[in-house]
Amino acid sequence: MLKRNRIVKFKEMLIEKLLLCCSLLSVFTTAAIIYVLLSESVGFFKEVRIIDFLTDTQWTPLFTNKHFGILPLLCGTLLTTLIAIGVAVPVGLISAIYLSEYATVKMRHITKPLLEILAAVPTVVYGYFALLFVTPLLKKFIPGLSGFNALSAGLVMGIMIIPLVSSLSEDAMHAVPMGLREGAYALGSHKIQVAFKIVFPAALSGITAAVILAVSRAIGETMIVAIAAGQQPKFTLNPLVPIETITAYIVQISLGDTPHGTLEYQTIFVCGTTLFILTFALNVISFKLKRRFQEIYE
Amino acid sequence: MSKRKLDKRMDSVFKAVGLAVTLFGLLVLAALLIDVVMDGYQRISWDFFTSYPSRKPEQAGILSAWVGTLWIMLTTALLAIPLGVGSGIYLEEYARRNKLTDFIEINIANLAGVPSVIYGILGLGLFIRLMHLDRSVLAGGLILALLILPVIILTTREALRAVPSSIREASYALGATQWQTIRHQVLPAGFGNILTGIILAMSRAIGETAPLITIGALTYIPFLPANPVAFSPESPYIHLSAQGFLDPFTVLPIQIFNWVSRPQKGFLTDAAAGIIVLLTITLLMNGAAIFLRYKNQKRW
Amino acid sequence: MDRDVIIQIEKADSFYGTKQILKNITLNIYAKAVTSLMGPSGCGKSTLIRCLNRMNDLVPRFRLEGKILYKGLDLYSRDVDITDLRREIGMVFQKPNPFPKSIYENVAYGIRIQGVTNGEFIDGIVEESLKKAALWEEVKDRLHESALSLSGGQQQRICIARALAVKPQVILFDEPCSALDPMATAKIEELITELKKNYTIIVVTHNTAQAARVSDFTAFLYLGDLIEVGPTGKIFTVPQDKRTEEYLTGKFG
Repeated sequence: MLKRNRIVKFKEMLIEKLLLCCSLLSVFTTAAIIYVLLSESVGFFKEVRIIDFLTDTQWTPLFTNKHFGILPLLCGTLLTTLIAIGVAVPVGLISAIYLSEYATVKMRHITKPLLEILAAVPTVVYGYFALLFVTPLLKKFIPGLSGFNALSAGLVMGIMIIPLVSSLSEDAMHAVPMGLREGAYALGSHKIQVAFKIVFPAALSGITAAVILAVSRAIGETMIVAIAAGQQPKFTLNPLVPIETITAYIVQISLGDTPHGTLEYQTIFVCGTTLFILTFALNVISFKLKRRFQEIYE
Repeated sequence: MSKRKLDKRMDSVFKAVGLAVTLFGLLVLAALLIDVVMDGYQRISWDFFTSYPSRKPEQAGILSAWVGTLWIMLTTALLAIPLGVGSGIYLEEYARRNKLTDFIEINIANLAGVPSVIYGILGLGLFIRLMHLDRSVLAGGLILALLILPVIILTTREALRAVPSSIREASYALGATQWQTIRHQVLPAGFGNILTGIILAMSRAIGETAPLITIGALTYIPFLPANPVAFSPESPYIHLSAQGFLDPFTVLPIQIFNWVSRPQKGFLTDAAAGIIVLLTITLLMNGAAIFLRYKNQKRW
Repeated sequence: MDRDVIIQIEKADSFYGTKQILKNITLNIYAKAVTSLMGPSGCGKSTLIRCLNRMNDLVPRFRLEGKILYKGLDLYSRDVDITDLRREIGMVFQKPNPFPKSIYENVAYGIRIQGVTNGEFIDGIVEESLKKAALWEEVKDRLHESALSLSGGQQQRICIARALAVKPQVILFDEPCSALDPMATAKIEELITELKKNYTIIVVTHNTAQAARVSDFTAFLYLGDLIEVGPTGKIFTVPQDKRTEEYLTGKFG
């Protein structure tokens, strides 16, 4: 009695190690992403000077006169992202404040899941919606609008990321201790003062983390821009004309049959690397901010 | 007007604005649903589900697309659920706080934010070039499994964290080992919430397009992956085959994208009809998840 | 009184990280008797009882120095199987914590995980344990309903039945009545008195009256020190230490 059972012990240890392996898979995935991106990008930068890649204002890998300047694609990405954030941040934040400070519990229970559905709609559906509903609608007010444009793609993308901004910000505001609010109410403050002067500033780092994550999501969003924003890399901030984002280019080149080993093929990976660096940096900042926020209140 | 009165006025103004803005998103959602249904409902018919894509819009269907979606989802689920739940269990129940755990956690948080198209590029380099899986169901399933893995891990962890530690203690006090405690008490207690997470993750995978396009899945597929089970009149009567996992495929969102990018009006109608099918699946899954979450809230 | 010593605690010091919780505790627990560990909250009585079935092993950075012998065997030696140990020394917790399963499954769990699959045998154990826990009559017609549907007192008796089902020698009660109303408390206390015929029982309580009612021996702990220990009658009538007397008369606690 009370003697160690070796078989049971061994089984327990085996299970733990097996589960550890599952967890290590995520480390492996990250490593594989970095390896795949870099190994092909290295080949690309043997052909194209890094300075040209960063400063050339033309991106024409599929033409006879090839240029490999990332700026037009970056510009397209920046443009659609700005428009999307312009929609998602104000709408998301106001919703969050409303839901966290004003709405009744019942209202919140009904509205939150409904808003989440906005994020669950497949992006290809949003692409269709942007191309065939929003653009024709906008054309009635903006006669010069092209069939493919950054504006409607960006607007629809903004709608898609509203729930991301609103639910993460609401979580942050929810985490602000009741005591802070009660203190202000006890001094005779109105809801609006409490919301904007107490809760909002207290939750600011959490809210910032949400906004940064939204930016990262917008930069990485693919199908909406691939369908509705066009395939013309242009170094412009005009939202009314066709442009191309980094992600849309990746889709465009994947659609053709680009032979492995060519420079065109390698552009997929260079664009992927650029995209990865951008989103990774934003995600890390957002993660750090969120941790700091949690350390304060939890 | 006094300051207090102004504040009071502002309060009610914001209340109205807040409500309007919150409802704005829902309004757009409604517009989207109405638009799609108006565009596509007349194409929904039995034939639409039983026909292959075609050059003639009025004869085109989604047979290969929905069967492919089924295959891909099966593969994704088989890979992602055990790996994701296993990883979640490890991190929540076993892992001690140390550098390795910290590193894994940051890793998962970052992976959750990597754009889906990057997973496609990973698949292109790893599964297509290196492992020569071609544009197969297996390659597609692997990519989507890696894509939704972080979501499943994070929701599993949350679900397990919500299981009160008193249940673990009770189990240990009866002489259960750690794995017995997890297997018989903690997992069943957290099951509802884990399932919610899995459904949401799978509903996301169903709608993913970009990563599958990246591995070149946008080719015309006028056939289905090989049946996993076939019957014959003679012995052994039932034949099992894994060949289907290695066959090429298309999925619903890719078929929709294909139709959206055609200039002919007829194909846009097909796209809208495809969207109706896809949205029905996604919304049903999300509805189920919301229902489950609601049901699970009322415990402890 | 001539009784067998079943557990010997020898010079036990325990720590959470660098914080010392128990200071040089030496205490004998007698078989088939009720021993109360009494003291104000934070005195270490819960920590001490959780050392006896090694529940503290679950707490990171917990450390124990000194020895705890069970039937002469060092509980903290490398050779001891912790799961067997916990079957020998069962535990009932402060708040009733039935599993979110049926009444039947709650009681059957402990033997099921030992690999027992014989349905009739399990049925028998479940009935026997529920009877010992004085719950059989109340639940025999609804064994397959959720244990969470029972009242708090009934839930606590389920937890007792669950502990009895694995046939322990010792049962640890960690403030078993602190979440219960007076009626339910009386039932549990009655049950403890009944159970001591066959089991060694250790009860943690901060309720002096309860200690007086149920226990044969009482140990008084204060700020991690064992102040005094002895037969309950003696402790309550002629306490040796001033602090014990003050605690019993309600001057602190």
